[in-house]
Amino acid sequence: MSATGNPSAPRRRSRWGRRILILVPALWLIVFFVMPALIVLKISLSQTVIAQPPYIPVLDMSAGWQGLRDFVAGLSLDSYRMLGSDTLYVFSYLHSLVIAGLSTAILLLIGYPMAYGIARSPRRAQPILVMAVFLPFLTAFLIRIYAWINILQREGLLNDALMALGIISEPVVWLSTDTAVVIGIVYSYLPFMVLPLYASLEKMDESLLEAAADLGCPQWKAFWLVTVPLSAPGVMAGALLCFIPIAGEFVIPDLLGGSSSLMIGQTLWTEFFQNRDWPVASAVAIALLAILLVPILIYQHLQMRALRDR
Amino acid sequence: MRKGPSDFNVTAVALGLAFLYLPIAILVIYSFNASRLVTVWGGWSTRWYVALLNDSAMLDAAWTSLRIAALSATGATVLGTLIAVVLVRAGRFPGRTAFSAMVYAPLVMPEVITGLSLLLLFVALNVDRGFWTVTIAHTTVTLSFATVVIQSRLLSFDRSLEEAAMDLGCPPLRTFFTVTLPLIFPAIAAGWMLAFTLSFDDLVIASFSTGPGATTLPMRIYSEVRLGVKPEINAICTLMITVVALGVVVASLASKRSASARERQGAAG
Repeated sequence: MSATGNPSAPRRRSRWGRRILILVPALWLIVFFVMPALIVLKISLSQTVIAQPPYIPVLDMSAGWQGLRDFVAGLSLDSYRMLGSDTLYVFSYLHSLVIAGLSTAILLLIGYPMAYGIARSPRRAQPILVMAVFLPFLTAFLIRIYAWINILQREGLLNDALMALGIISEPVVWLSTDTAVVIGIVYSYLPFMVLPLYASLEKMDESLLEAAADLGCPQWKAFWLVTVPLSAPGVMAGALLCFIPIAGEFVIPDLLGGSSSLMIGQTLWTEFFQNRDWPVASAVAIALLAILLVPILIYQHLQMRALRDR
Repeated sequence: MRKGPSDFNVTAVALGLAFLYLPIAILVIYSFNASRLVTVWGGWSTRWYVALLNDSAMLDAAWTSLRIAALSATGATVLGTLIAVVLVRAGRFPGRTAFSAMVYAPLVMPEVITGLSLLLLFVALNVDRGFWTVTIAHTTVTLSFATVVIQSRLLSFDRSLEEAAMDLGCPPLRTFFTVTLPLIFPAIAAGWMLAFTLSFDDLVIASFSTGPGATTLPMRIYSEVRLGVKPEINAICTLMITVVALGVVVASLASKRSASARERQGAAG
């Protein structure tokens, strides 16, 4: 790309073309992604009223400066105070983080050997295996959770199988427990964990392992000292790609979990759809975003670095 | 990594795939169960498929979902292609970091937050919610996924072909349509399919952004599932799985054919 020479007509035109190229998607994302987030922030500082819309203050553009001043004066932190003082919310956040952490750990334990196995299989089989891991992700999410209801219910196949094997003597309650939620999450998010891990393991330079072997390093030690550290970016990307959305998960805990311990996504859903308390629902969302901000920023950083390294 | 897989590697992959496919296989088998009780096997039957054909509410929802998915996937793919071109080709420009942050954030943003924020936007703008608001919401959420797919293809792409076209006096826009676009087409098709399935699949964002009259298939299935397991649901799930599997097979065959055609051309030229 040379920037020298007089800007000729086509070059000037292509610069305008480039601006339009950037502006169209940027405008879309600003209107439908950034602005909505700001509106959530604003409503989280409002108060609930029985009206349409069900919150005050409403910014009155026609009132000019006075309207803006009234609007700012009407903002309050009440919704956030409520989040801090009611143990329901605090427990809900903690519960979500525990479930997300536990599921991510199990996903790593299952996903790493799978990704490693795929990366070591013959070159020609690798794309097929990757597709095989990805395919369930394309079949509807709701269906995959629903499939587990069939399996985990009281007279379901898991209990039948365990009783036939003589491991248990009477049906175990699986549905409506945290175990069921973790099983459902691990099942749904497994492709998200395996694919980034495979991507980082697949491009690893095997001469490093050969060098380690030549120098007398046993295979298991070479695995820990060479393979694992080199795949760290993949581990990080996979773990974050799972942990962040799991923390806000709604469908899986709602269908497989019990009603006694809600995850924060369910709390938000209930506040919004059942209690119709928009300010509190917005505050729940903003607080969740604040908790997840650091993982999200790390993920973004990794994503951009991966792009530069290519 | 040559060396070949060890027994442990093979076992890990086989067990992992079994874990992924067993529940789906069970679901498909039980959709042909003659018994109304989901847990009792009553012989093979297609009665739940017949029942499904008479369930007009379910069929309406499926039709709504198909239209929304097709429209939003198209929108997401067009925007995703623009973004991918900008991120890979435009070099540095003011606000590049903010731009890419906006692109990647929806990938990991919890759905409840995206759904809630889009709904509050539609309320603030005083828009009637329904078919079009769901379509816009799905376009916004799926465009990041389409971008990632198309971007990875653009990154591994031979620029000398474009440069050759431009050196021969082909204007940039025309070069894009006659050289670049055909070459990245497999990725664009893959991005469209991914966006389509994500939209067809989505419950949370659709529930927030919809209004009266626009019930999508996942919303319909969800309200049925909450009432308990039903054989009809197994049947519709099996149909959805069949559609997706067929789509994937067709897409992979098409991309294999175009890849081998390119190889032949390369060998001849």
